[in-house]
Amino acid sequence: MPAAEPLQRPASPLRMAWAFNRMALQGFGGVLAVAQRELVERERWLTKTQFLEVFSLGQVLPGPNIVNMALIIGDRFFGWRGAAAALLGLLTAPLLIVLLLAALYREFVGLPAVAGALRGMGAVAAGLVIGTAVKLLGGLRDNPLGRLPAAAVALLTLLAIGVWRWPMAAVVLGLGGASVALAWWRLGR
Amino acid sequence: MNAVLFGAHGLDSGVLPALFLHFGMLSLLAIGGALTTAPDMQRYLVGERGWLSDAQFTSSVAIAQAAPGPNLLFVAVVGWNIAGLAGVAATMAGSLLPSTTLALAASRYGDRRRESRAMKAFSAGMAPLTLGLLLATGWVLTAPVRDSWGALLLVPFTVLMLVKTKISPIWLVGAGAAIGAFGWAG
Repeated sequence: MPAAEPLQRPASPLRMAWAFNRMALQGFGGVLAVAQRELVERERWLTKTQFLEVFSLGQVLPGPNIVNMALIIGDRFFGWRGAAAALLGLLTAPLLIVLLLAALYREFVGLPAVAGALRGMGAVAAGLVIGTAVKLLGGLRDNPLGRLPAAAVALLTLLAIGVWRWPMAAVVLGLGGASVALAWWRLGR
Repeated sequence: MNAVLFGAHGLDSGVLPALFLHFGMLSLLAIGGALTTAPDMQRYLVGERGWLSDAQFTSSVAIAQAAPGPNLLFVAVVGWNIAGLAGVAATMAGSLLPSTTLALAASRYGDRRRESRAMKAFSAGMAPLTLGLLLATGWVLTAPVRDSWGALLLVPFTVLMLVKTKISPIWLVGAGAAIGAFGWAG
């Protein structure tokens, strides 16, 4: 059973950078699923429970989730050197690839097939984002806010940001603040 | 060379601090992933400043989605399209410096307080907001294709495939590219 196998410790920050580099290069449309497989099942640096803990922490903290996770994991094993190694491993190669694509796109934007392909990919990108949200909607069922208030906050956010185009700072601080306050009150009862 | 370094728009250097500051502020608000800041970026860059067109903004996100790696990298493509490599440096530094500093400090400090009422209230209260932001992001990304039935049909098709099947997103992105290349999303 995999559960009986002991956890490993990454040999060095460099080793860690390579592992995060490998994860990033496999992650089309997000790195999270790959990260779970690599960190928990292949490298065995974290247990499933530890992975979930780091994931929720990475989600609660502002900033990109997977970047936060890389920082936290790197920091736990090697301090700031580990955090820097994980971050550089995660971002360097994909950054070069994406810039190359962007530069090529500028050269070939005049071709109708390329412009059309990007339109098609743009529509799929929108669908992927909406689909991810739909998958996560079930998670609101057990929210301490209660189903109806939680759904109302989600809907209000969609309208305020997507349709009325209010600035995000106002929505996160105002609506988010009210929502957190309500959750605090509900949790205390 | 200047076109590579500073982009094709001939923007003055005041653009870079403005990019750094706005992306830095957004990174601190980005609860639930980098993509949730896309609607506000679009509002600021396309609507308020006019540095990018709607189509340029959505294609920046599409290029980043088509490449491997964290979704965050769409920020680099946006920077590239506004001001070349200098723009990449400004948007990436803005998106990473404040949030990474905060994440490191908070994870060290918050390790012991994860079970506290405040932390629980924070994650519970922010969860529906995060979902609303994701939905708004998806809606804003459909802006440049709302005039085409072919492209608009791709959106619910993608949602359905993602939710109901285990197919990898890369195949959906590839299918979207092929359908678009044949002119069916125009």
